[in-house]
Amino acid sequence: MKFIIALLSLVVSVSASIAHAHGTWITSSSTVLSAPQFVTFDAASSSVPFIIDHRPLVIDALSIIAPDSSKVLPVNVMKGELRTVFDAKFEQIGTYRLELLRSGFRANWKDAENKPKRFMGAAEALAKEVPADAKELKVTESISRMENFITVGKPSALKPTGSGLELVAGTHPNDLVVGEPVEFTFLVDGKPTEGVEVEMIRSQTRYRNKLDEKKYKTDKDGKIKVTFEEAGLYWLDADFKDNNVSNKLATERGLAYVLTLEVLPQ
Amino acid sequence: MRKWVPALLSPLLSALIVGFAHQAVAGEINLKVTIPTLNTAEYHRPYLAIWIENPDQSVEKNLAVWYSQKKTDKGEQSDKWLKDLRQWWRKSGRNQAMPLDGVTGATRPVGEQKLNFIEGKAPLGNLPAGQYNIVVESAREKGGRELVRVPFTWPAQKAVSAKATGQEELGAIVVELKP
Repeated sequence: MKFIIALLSLVVSVSASIAHAHGTWITSSSTVLSAPQFVTFDAASSSVPFIIDHRPLVIDALSIIAPDSSKVLPVNVMKGELRTVFDAKFEQIGTYRLELLRSGFRANWKDAENKPKRFMGAAEALAKEVPADAKELKVTESISRMENFITVGKPSALKPTGSGLELVAGTHPNDLVVGEPVEFTFLVDGKPTEGVEVEMIRSQTRYRNKLDEKKYKTDKDGKIKVTFEEAGLYWLDADFKDNNVSNKLATERGLAYVLTLEVLPQ
Repeated sequence: MRKWVPALLSPLLSALIVGFAHQAVAGEINLKVTIPTLNTAEYHRPYLAIWIENPDQSVEKNLAVWYSQKKTDKGEQSDKWLKDLRQWWRKSGRNQAMPLDGVTGATRPVGEQKLNFIEGKAPLGNLPAGQYNIVVESAREKGGRELVRVPFTWPAQKAVSAKATGQEELGAIVVELKP
């Protein structure tokens, strides 16, 4: 029973974070390092970015990729009531990429007795769970990518993977300064894409009255131009919908991308 | 033949003359950097970087970087804090291996610090004629950070001096140029 509850809560938390990519984030104690060292991280989903008020983030799917493409394992992982904590040691010169990739399907239909049914999970289970005679079936595929970057010494170039929604920054993401304009290009499956909706919120929302979120939409070259007016931590969330689904049952694909940026004063 | 030879020779000659003139008297940059007395419970000497900046804010020459090269209590390299010289770290420091020969040195105490740089000699070397800034950036443990710019034109036609003053972490910065 305990196991079932644990499993259920896991499904709920994973699906909740896929459905509402809003509010999931990872923050680091540092983003720019001048010597090899440990960095500590908080990971959570919350009502407002960086305010720890809801649930810990499940980080089983997290990869920490070193400049030489090897992987670093998180240590001292602690899943609290409100947030997950972990440490990692950064020893190579260059940029490390933290990525948390998640994907799944959500299906809604009515059974023979017109009762609403739903399913959330992976493709293999989807085929088994959805009956052949499902009525008013609607299946959506969700793919999300969450990233953080940490640089030791000289930053190294970042290459997109060519899958899902990704960001290519004109200025290295660990090199952002107040007042200097930055160009972000959003790629869908490796191609610059128009119409990606982007939202940015600066940290410390508790100490001001306005959320002060900035909204952007990518132009025909997949670009947005941003000038950060204040130093701080920024939560960037991008969303896009298309129908390049990987399973024939699905009709729509929802793509999400989340990045934490640190902007330093001049 | 007659026409193009002098035309070609004259810039060559004048370049040679200018070259010799420069060799005969090397230009100099003298800096006075004041580290102010601060009334604070726990004072640590600041980390400080001084460099020559191009009009586009790229770094032309590093002149001095003062930081603690001792290991910390935890056995960590003090390089750990170099990133707090934020602008210098981002524009120059991170691109090279520390320490920098003839540039890096120990932190310095409160007071007026004098530095002398001679054209043709490291770390100034040869500086192409143009507009520049001397930039001084200071960052202090458990304290603040400040960056001060002093514009100058190189080479100086006569002895000139320029000054700027920091508000918090830096005092007067005086730049004296000698032709």
